[in-house]
Amino acid sequence: MAEPAILTMTGISKQFPGVKALDNVDFRLLPGEVHALLGENGAGKSTLIKVLTGVYSIDEGTIALEGAPVRFSGPSQAQQAGISTVFQEVNLCPNLSVAENIFIGREPRRFGAVRWQEVRRRAAELLHRLQLDLDVTARLSDYSIAVQQLVAIARAIDISPKVLILDEPTSSLDSSEVDELFRVMKQLRDEGTAILFVTHFLDQVYEISDRITVLRNGGLVGEFLTRDLPQLELVAKMIGKELEVLEELEEQPGREAAARAHAEPVLEASGLARTGAVAPFDLSVHRGEVVGLAGLLGSGRTELARLLFGADRADHGQIRIGGRPVALRGPGVAMANGVAFCSEDRRAEGLIEDLTVRENIVLALQASRGWTRPLSRRRQDELVEAYLRSLRITPANPELLVRDLSGGNQQKVLLARWLITNPRLLIVDEPTRGIDVGAKAEIQRLVVSLADDGMALLFISAELEEVLRLSHTIGVMRDRRMVATLANDDDVDTERVMRAIAEGAVA
Amino acid sequence: MSGRMGAAVGTVWRHRLFWPVLILVVLLLSNLIFTPSFFSVEMRNGHLYGSLIDIARFGAPLVLVALGMTLVIATGGIDLSVGAVVAISGALACLWISKQPDQNAVVGVLVAVGLALLLSLVLGVWNGFLVAAVGIQPIIATLILMVAGRGLAQLITDGQIITINSSPYKLIGGGYLFGLPFSILLALVMTLLAVLFTRRTALGMLIEAVGSNAEASRLSGIRSRRYTLLVYVFCALCAGIAGLMVSSNVSSADGNKAGLLIELDAILAVVIGGTLLTGGRFSLGGTVVGALIIQALSTTIYTIGVPPQTTLVFKAIVVTVVCLIQSPAFRAKFSRRGRPGRADPPARSVQQKVEVPA
Repeated sequence: MAEPAILTMTGISKQFPGVKALDNVDFRLLPGEVHALLGENGAGKSTLIKVLTGVYSIDEGTIALEGAPVRFSGPSQAQQAGISTVFQEVNLCPNLSVAENIFIGREPRRFGAVRWQEVRRRAAELLHRLQLDLDVTARLSDYSIAVQQLVAIARAIDISPKVLILDEPTSSLDSSEVDELFRVMKQLRDEGTAILFVTHFLDQVYEISDRITVLRNGGLVGEFLTRDLPQLELVAKMIGKELEVLEELEEQPGREAAARAHAEPVLEASGLARTGAVAPFDLSVHRGEVVGLAGLLGSGRTELARLLFGADRADHGQIRIGGRPVALRGPGVAMANGVAFCSEDRRAEGLIEDLTVRENIVLALQASRGWTRPLSRRRQDELVEAYLRSLRITPANPELLVRDLSGGNQQKVLLARWLITNPRLLIVDEPTRGIDVGAKAEIQRLVVSLADDGMALLFISAELEEVLRLSHTIGVMRDRRMVATLANDDDVDTERVMRAIAEGAVA
Repeated sequence: MSGRMGAAVGTVWRHRLFWPVLILVVLLLSNLIFTPSFFSVEMRNGHLYGSLIDIARFGAPLVLVALGMTLVIATGGIDLSVGAVVAISGALACLWISKQPDQNAVVGVLVAVGLALLLSLVLGVWNGFLVAAVGIQPIIATLILMVAGRGLAQLITDGQIITINSSPYKLIGGGYLFGLPFSILLALVMTLLAVLFTRRTALGMLIEAVGSNAEASRLSGIRSRRYTLLVYVFCALCAGIAGLMVSSNVSSADGNKAGLLIELDAILAVVIGGTLLTGGRFSLGGTVVGALIIQALSTTIYTIGVPPQTTLVFKAIVVTVVCLIQSPAFRAKFSRRGRPGRADPPARSVQQKVEVPA
């Protein structure tokens, strides 16, 4: 505590049209510490980071780096001053090589010419330091999102920053990659770097962080030492409610798998496969049943879901929907048969960020009607109004651009888009990734109530607890193959599912 | 009371058409200095005459071409072939009429117009096919017709300038109806039709979705190929009508010169009107204003007597200034000096807008 803070932010306020994103927030970073910045979606975490790195200018307040007031006009200036940032979405160029991505904008030069050998050598060195075994001349897009994230971190730490900001770096990493990242973070911390760490995974907070700052609705809740703050208390501070919500979350919805399996099947896939994506698998989803897909990142969960929606075409096998064989030539055919698909990548494959909340919500329904039969504005408003209310989307303004919403609310908009098409089978791929505890609980509850109303759901998540809590049946994926299908009865627990993932068969 | 006034002024200020309209008004007003009678519109023989009418009349073909271009650009594409289509359409219509025993026969003219527009539609389908079905990048796909189309037009005219003498055909580009030039009415009707088609149906929203994020649109069940094809067909149809106007106005078809470089003016009109070249949100009203700005600029160059050898440089300078003024990023840079940190929240879209004028 005696050590002076390397970075102090005092009385920071930031106003956006119609919303006060930050209200008189204080924040500080000590050298040689990992500091977790926590809060629900829309609490102001991302805004605080963007204010700090000069992406946004501040309305009020001061920022001091090593005691001297600073004001950055952009991330590159902040970087020069020793503040490096890895943003939530990988901001790299997928069509350039790994080495180019690490050094782009600050390539070592001689007489104005880039020294490519030097670039490659230093990139390899840097990755070696992170113990990553990559071909630095390969295109970045050849690697998974997780690896790309680590490359982004390599890029950030190349300049030995005083302050390293990691904005949800772990949201797309699997557990071994998270361990890898934490090892690197500890290494940097021990070298004296102050690390600001934003995440939604509370376990990770307790594993890595020394200090916690909690924000709520743009205001500061407080700064705490991690060891002094029990997890439940932390969550209560984040959502500002007492513990009843958490208990509700823990509550196991009555899972009577056997009864659901006797219901009529909505979708049956047999021997379905796509070369290079998913090995042949059989799967059926019944009315009122939640089928969970468990497996590591890259195990083929998403690829499987895309085949069922016709987003990719299967080259083997058959699909029957409602008992009739269907050739899924594209998403349109799947939608006509009552299949809906919420993609895991909200920004790239889900929402249209330039359109309003209203337009995003009616998009799928309108697409299936074709352009000649527009939904009347009154009908649109009715539908949108109803879902804004029932899914508790905030701010409840249908004319806002969807990009101005927080992650959890964007996810709800995406869900609303599919719910108004009234699907028979709803495929949700990682609906709770990167969103806060409160919204997560709401989405989980929604899944349960939709199933109770008779909808069939395919629920994909990297979080085993979540899959176990919600699913009647669990399909386990490993290496692009469905290795097991488990009825979720009493003797199925996370351990057994993990064993199935690890060993590739039911133990 | 004053608060409400302030709010109203604020809304006008922020309206997406504010800057284009302001630029147009300034451009027109600046003509007053050189030509005090610039704004006078008079009735002669039951026809309206005046500089403003001339701007609208000569700008009509550009308005038409730019309308089609707006929708193409909204899908994230571009159509370089519109100039060639202008030439082809005019050439075919004039060729047909020139072969008629009686060039003034209304039926013959109607058939000529029908054939020319039909061919334009076919050319649009060709463009749309290359982009939507074959998957060629729009700039390359339409470059093919831009180059080959000139050849086709000269093939139709046999390398000559076809001159005709047909009063019904003359109506399209040079005639009057209800006291107004027919071409203005035609451009007006097509504008209204385009607005109705895009905003009264779901077409506009679906086009904007495809242009903003093609993959997300596909996964929402939008059959984007269909809409892509449709906008190229519409664009070619607009260019075809513009071709009729141009050839009708001069009663001749020149496969070589007709519609030359109109694609660039049209793209410029779309950009000035506030539609991003990256696709997504589009504004047909903005495009019309943008096209009128370009035509007003050409007229201004003549009326203030810019020496012919410097007209292109003069035009380039004005266009650059216009693009800068309508760029929110550029304006933000200036207003930030006065009021720190006002205009920064959508940093991403601002970046996109910077690219456009460049």
